[in-house]
Amino acid sequence: MNTTTTKNPLAQVKEMVQSCIQCGTCTASCPNAFAMDHTPRKLWRMVQADNADAVFKSKTFILCSSCYYCTLRCPRGLPLTRAMGLLTQMAQVQNPEPFKQSHRFYQEFIQSVRRHGRVNEIEFMSLFFLSMKNPILPFKYASLGIKLLQKKKVSIPNPNIWKKDQNGLEKIFNKVRELEEQS
Amino acid sequence: MKYFYYPGCSLEGTAKEYHISTTSLMKALGAELIEIESWSCCGASAAESVSDLLSYVLPARNLAIAEKMSAETSETLDILVPCSACYLNLKKVTEDIKTNLQLLDTINTVLKEDNLELKNKLQVRHLLDILVNDMDINFFKTEVKHFFEDFSVAPYYGCQCLRPYHVFDNPEKPKSMEPLILATGATIHTWEMGPKCCGASHMSTKPEVGQTLVGNILKSARGADMIITVCPMCQMNLEAFQKKISQACNESFNMTILYLPQFMGMAMGLSEKDIRLDLNLSITKKFKTKYLTMTSKPVMLMTASA
Repeated sequence: MNTTTTKNPLAQVKEMVQSCIQCGTCTASCPNAFAMDHTPRKLWRMVQADNADAVFKSKTFILCSSCYYCTLRCPRGLPLTRAMGLLTQMAQVQNPEPFKQSHRFYQEFIQSVRRHGRVNEIEFMSLFFLSMKNPILPFKYASLGIKLLQKKKVSIPNPNIWKKDQNGLEKIFNKVRELEEQS
Repeated sequence: MKYFYYPGCSLEGTAKEYHISTTSLMKALGAELIEIESWSCCGASAAESVSDLLSYVLPARNLAIAEKMSAETSETLDILVPCSACYLNLKKVTEDIKTNLQLLDTINTVLKEDNLELKNKLQVRHLLDILVNDMDINFFKTEVKHFFEDFSVAPYYGCQCLRPYHVFDNPEKPKSMEPLILATGATIHTWEMGPKCCGASHMSTKPEVGQTLVGNILKSARGADMIITVCPMCQMNLEAFQKKISQACNESFNMTILYLPQFMGMAMGLSEKDIRLDLNLSITKKFKTKYLTMTSKPVMLMTASA
């Protein structure tokens, strides 16, 4: 975004949580805090202290399920859910290895949207499994997949809808990339 | 009542019955839905983790198409969205560009490539908001054919139709579904779990965490005949993993989970093809028997106690 972001990867998030008073309302409101290595309150302190290494080693932000309780209740009105989302986005660049699976998952999802406008579950899950090169992974999802297939609850892309609009969406994706490379 | 309709990807696949029952219910209530032409994915939770700009542009494209349709017909209609995650993604755009004009400018630079422009003229509204605020509850009461008198219903709201935007209900203690449930003759299961989180995608990525959250919800629903949902993600999490969660929590969960428009459609006596209970993943035998006994009773004119 700007030059400070490239110097300190946490700059953007730090600005968001700058006025955190460490009251812990976020932690007390978080349904996933029990499973986190650092509580949300502590994570904001680490961000304020520019402790990027520790922040990106933490599993806290990937445990955010975007329930927005912390955002709703924060007495300082800070956009905490959004801050968690940004950390997840950055972590894939800063510390890629542990986030490989979710990164591939989201990439294949978005590529499927790019091709069809809408999510095609069968295609994107197949490509996700292929890209992970892990023969056991598909079995984790098998029981749900079978239930859904039996009920024909999987979407089939409609080529008639996408013939005329595909180019427009492709142009949108290209423009987004162009603008992001400029900034 | 007339709306633009944004179904979203789930409603074409895993939540087909939500799409079918929503359109059937709205038709039965006399509302007209105009689907947004060639709508595309709202970005779900994937766009945000791939690109910030994309997470605004993908929903914005759909809003801009709706605005174009609105301009062509000179009708300003609200956009009805049944999926809470799509609702929030679309709503977030309309809220953020109110104050961030630079963002609006960037979005429009991108949309121009598709000959679209966003002016922020239409309201994004959740299905529940529309049922609570636009539908005439007295009309619904007169349309109720099957009274769920011996049924106890646990209303489950989930997160994203309530938070962060405080629109149609109390984000901490929601009650908006209650008049709709009472109108069918059913009683409300008293619980605290209505606005609590189902864990969203944790169920696939971090199952032990997701199972704990959903386990707490199912435990608290004990004694109810069904849980009613208004989101495809919540529905899936509550209905598809009950066996696994039972094993993990050393409990035995067997709970009927229905979408709100399915439940309302059942009360109105809509046909099976209009509500498609056969597509749900968790409808218990006990519930089926109780429902069949209820519907086989002769339809009588009764006034709901609500």
